[in-house]
Amino acid sequence: MNHLPVLPILLPLLAGCVLLLAERAPAALRRGFAVVATLVLLLLGVGLLRAAAGGEYLVYALGDWPAPFSIVLVVDRLSAALVLLTAVVAVASLAYAIVRDADAVGPHFLALFQFQLLGITGALLTGDLFNLFVFFEIMLIASYTLLLHGMGAARVKAALHVVVLNLIGSALFLFAVGLIYAATGTLNLADLARVMSTVAATDVPLARAGALLLLVVFALKAALLPLSFWLPPAYAASNAAVAALFAMLTKVGVYAILRIYPLAFGAEAAALADVARPWVLPLALATMLFGALGVVAARDLRVAVGWLAVCSVGTLLVAVGLFSESGYAAAIYYLPHSTLVAAAAFLVADLVIAQRGAAGGRLGPVVPLREAGLLGGLAGAVAIAAAGLPPLSGFFGKVMVIEAAHEHVAAPWIWAAVLLTSLIVIVALARIGSALFWRPGESRGEAARADPRAVLATSVPIGALVLLVAGGGPATQFAQATAAQLAAPGGYVEAVLGARAGANESRRTSR
Amino acid sequence: MSMPSLEALCAFAIAVLTATGVYLLLRGRTFPVLLGLILLSYAVNLFLFASGRLVAGSAPLSDLKDVAYPDPIPQALVLTAIVIGFGMTALLVVIALRALRETGTDRVDGARE
Repeated sequence: MNHLPVLPILLPLLAGCVLLLAERAPAALRRGFAVVATLVLLLLGVGLLRAAAGGEYLVYALGDWPAPFSIVLVVDRLSAALVLLTAVVAVASLAYAIVRDADAVGPHFLALFQFQLLGITGALLTGDLFNLFVFFEIMLIASYTLLLHGMGAARVKAALHVVVLNLIGSALFLFAVGLIYAATGTLNLADLARVMSTVAATDVPLARAGALLLLVVFALKAALLPLSFWLPPAYAASNAAVAALFAMLTKVGVYAILRIYPLAFGAEAAALADVARPWVLPLALATMLFGALGVVAARDLRVAVGWLAVCSVGTLLVAVGLFSESGYAAAIYYLPHSTLVAAAAFLVADLVIAQRGAAGGRLGPVVPLREAGLLGGLAGAVAIAAAGLPPLSGFFGKVMVIEAAHEHVAAPWIWAAVLLTSLIVIVALARIGSALFWRPGESRGEAARADPRAVLATSVPIGALVLLVAGGGPATQFAQATAAQLAAPGGYVEAVLGARAGANESRRTSR
Repeated sequence: MSMPSLEALCAFAIAVLTATGVYLLLRGRTFPVLLGLILLSYAVNLFLFASGRLVAGSAPLSDLKDVAYPDPIPQALVLTAIVIGFGMTALLVVIALRALRETGTDRVDGARE
């Protein structure tokens, strides 16, 4: 058996354990080890993508128990691409954290960082609903502790809210799992897809309630309105490097929607087909517009970046909410863009705030910056990408979303909302830019220069954004191929269950 | 008078736990919120357990084809959920205590009275 699919889960788990045990080792050694582990994860991401790019499914049955009894990991184009994206964001975030000594303000930062990666890659690779829950919990418990890292009243307050909200989310997740299991008798995603059309008529309401409760949970993770208010204060209060990594966490919620609804509740699900369709698109449009207004209303740079992340998740979910092949393609192209922009924005905002002295992130006072040119250039590049202006990837992503909406009944509304959002974001970012960088007089700030290594770490996500445009052709083709894979879930089911499909009818004895 | 069915009793218990949990969750101080989450997680655990259908008086395990036995999977799920819920509750207790120390109040919005 090819063990590649399990390595992106084992590597951060083992690296995190080693870092916990090696607490007394010299800092340089621990940092070096963490960086090497994250770089190896990057290589594993590349390896997974190469293995899955041809359209094959890598199915890994843990303990070699046959599916659907075993826990399976499934690698397809979507999960492989997202593991790679996670690793790219993680490299930038970890490098920035180390350069700015963020790992030294509290214990176990490096170990928790690895556990965070473990939760994300596990959630991306699992082919089982209950394991998705378990990996979500690993991801969340690591994120709570990373959010709290360094402490302080603002962080503790934000963390309390996030933890309570997500614990309620976990309870709803378990209710949903129970409902779906009661109706279908399985939690393996491929097996769910197989049996969904044969759910007894009396059990259909149970399965429907379960599916929609799951959507609430994923909406909470993805910060879909009306469940997005926790994100800006929490991300603004956390350490910048951590916030950059958190840009990936919301995308795991989006991934779960993209993974589960086309597969298990797609066209073949008979009475349960398209349960999520009436909900995702309207809420996503509202999230997008509300996020843009949040950027306008923010009085603090990092809160503004938080709302920008909400807005871009909204745009992403508009593409997902079309529930069509072209919509998936747009979403898959826009997803890395959205993640990288949010990560870059949090890092650049931190560099800017470091040179503003006592004014910090507040957008009122005008403070001369020491390196207004360099930081203004970086912030300008991020703003262009975030607002969706050419020549960066945000523009092409939005064009794909708009084109994908063409076939939809509500196309005029979607176009109007996407374009209006872009306009609001441009105005808001121009206002923030002029408040930060545009000042009369020639005085230069007294603050220390930005560490070139921190600038280098920040340019990792920006460089990846440029790659997304420079390699636009292959990236678009890959997005379309991935969308084709998502729109035809039969391949996934066959890869997991293989010839055994249909051989497991008698395992529920208590019905 | 006939006994209420097992299903009705279990559903009633889940309903009471959920309603109490939700009520407490909406309170303004961290301790009631914590209790609310604990009660909600009890409700979830009972619910997960019942999702394999309730069976009375059957063998716990059997390898005979014609002997009915309860579905073991929900029980495994409940065990996992209990462990995770326990860890999360412990973490929340620590965060709530820390919030009390940092902000000087046990109100969930962190505002001083």
